[in-house]
Amino acid sequence: MERVVDPLTESESTLRAQSGRIAFAIMVAALIVAPFMTYPLFLMQAMCFALFACAFNLLIGYVGLLSFGHALYFGWASYLSAYSAKAWGLPPALAILTGTATAAVCGLVAGALAIRRQGIYFAMITLALAQMMYFFAVQAQFTGGEDGIQAVPRGKLFGFVNLQNEAAMYIVVLVIFLAGFLLIYRIIHSPFGEVLKAIRENETRAISLGYKTERYKLLAFVLSATLAGLAGATKAIVLQLASLTDVNWPMSGEVVLMTLVGGLGTIFGPVVGAFVILVMQYKLAPLGEWVLVIQGAIFVACVLLFRRGIIGELANRLRIREL
Amino acid sequence: MFEIFGIPSTALFGQLLIGLINGSFYALLSLGLAVIFGMLNIINFAHGALYMLGAFTAFLLLHYAGVDYWWALVIVPIVVGIVGVVIERLLLQWLYKLDHLYGLLLTFGLALIIEGMFRNFFGASGRPYQIPELLRGGQNLGFMFLPNYRAWVVFFSAVVCFSTWFLIERTSLGATLRAATENPTLVRAFGINVPRMIMLTYGFGAALAALAGVMAAPIYNVSPQMGSDIIIVVFAVVVIGGMGSILGAVLTGFGLGIIEGLTKVFFPEASNTVVFVIMAIVLLVKPAGLFGRRG
Repeated sequence: MERVVDPLTESESTLRAQSGRIAFAIMVAALIVAPFMTYPLFLMQAMCFALFACAFNLLIGYVGLLSFGHALYFGWASYLSAYSAKAWGLPPALAILTGTATAAVCGLVAGALAIRRQGIYFAMITLALAQMMYFFAVQAQFTGGEDGIQAVPRGKLFGFVNLQNEAAMYIVVLVIFLAGFLLIYRIIHSPFGEVLKAIRENETRAISLGYKTERYKLLAFVLSATLAGLAGATKAIVLQLASLTDVNWPMSGEVVLMTLVGGLGTIFGPVVGAFVILVMQYKLAPLGEWVLVIQGAIFVACVLLFRRGIIGELANRLRIREL
Repeated sequence: MFEIFGIPSTALFGQLLIGLINGSFYALLSLGLAVIFGMLNIINFAHGALYMLGAFTAFLLLHYAGVDYWWALVIVPIVVGIVGVVIERLLLQWLYKLDHLYGLLLTFGLALIIEGMFRNFFGASGRPYQIPELLRGGQNLGFMFLPNYRAWVVFFSAVVCFSTWFLIERTSLGATLRAATENPTLVRAFGINVPRMIMLTYGFGAALAALAGVMAAPIYNVSPQMGSDIIIVVFAVVVIGGMGSILGAVLTGFGLGIIEGLTKVFFPEASNTVVFVIMAIVLLVKPAGLFGRRG
């Protein structure tokens, strides 16, 4: 049988090479227009979760490490950000920084332990460590137990931008999200990112080439935890709330689901996945516990039938190498 | 009654007994996880949900069909075992050629589905399950009070663990099973139906989880989240023990239960976290796990 070669016109192939930029432009445009069409608070929350999912994807998608405990970094950053803003009266920028730094430290400790084992054990260790920190959050006084930390003041950014103003808050969240997103893009496309991908494909070979893979994995883990923390810390200021939901294991499962739905190892997948899952949660909220069943069913369906995810599938259809 | 380190003996031995009981469940569940992992190369996140399913099936049988504890001990593992076989045929068998992680993700989804269903129909609150007539009351041993049911649980789970060990390590069926774990292609060439063996292994693992669930029903309240509460601790137990050895999994399970019980006496704030702390220490000192053969 004759092999069918797709005759690409020159303009089509340049279009494909540019697809990343075009997609990025569409995303930015959509995020600028969207607050005029739907609830800004929802969009801000969705952007925080999108950044969280992108941070998680950095590990699973580009190093092949499944962390089942990313709620630890998201949740503890959220707590520290909320607490420092409310109890210490820190301005929002410093509060977010405090939360993010907390996540980085947690990531360094948990990562150093978890990378001592591979594959399936790695997932179990990250889950167990996250559960341990969940119990600490339950027992610690400052987290407010079941009530969480409520009514966190948004304060004034750099002393003069009042974040009580929804528009100002929206722009701040958009900037944080885009900065995080671009940083992850930069990491993936750096020489460091290439080594990470080599570890994902074949760790033994990467070691034989002289790479100290443990160090690369640890740094990737810390970066992922820190960015997850940035998302959590920002979320605490936006929603003015930090609670046990943020540190508990279903949150870790949710970020896995978002990334899986959007597409593991794709650049835009986690963003799309986060929006899809959050919209679904809002729409299905009246169904109560059925949401859990539906989320479980989506997990099963994605793993069995739809492993590329939305963006992965789209890129495959359009024959774009990376999206 | 006397005192040890300023703690009344009844309190100390009472907590030790509770630790031993928790340990029995850790042992039974991590045993099932290890058996399933050996054959299927899948970490069964749904193990906790199957344990909960076992407890709930016993509860439903008692309240709607009048089937008592002793019959439940026989019927429930069979029912849940069949559920396991169906899960394996319908869903898991498509994953064996993929990365291990997909097995974990799929069974996590399954756990959410099962837990969500029961939360819908029964709410989040726990329901009590009567201790069977024969095992009510207890013995006063002088230094502590020993409830009959709890003694039974420790005894019976030790018997089940030992039988499983015997089945896998000392019988010809177990030898075939271990061979199939090492090299499925070769075992298949000997004319043994390996896919059916894999199917039955998952069913057996599910039945073990359900059996633990039935035994747990009279001790803890039967509730939809009882599975997810315990499964994460069991994961830590598995990391500590390593999944290479059956006896290792059992010993680690009982041992950690006892340590947890002692922590409740001497340092109650840490009783929830002590297993995870031990896991962290083991990872630092002996990364392959106490009984681990391979990484």
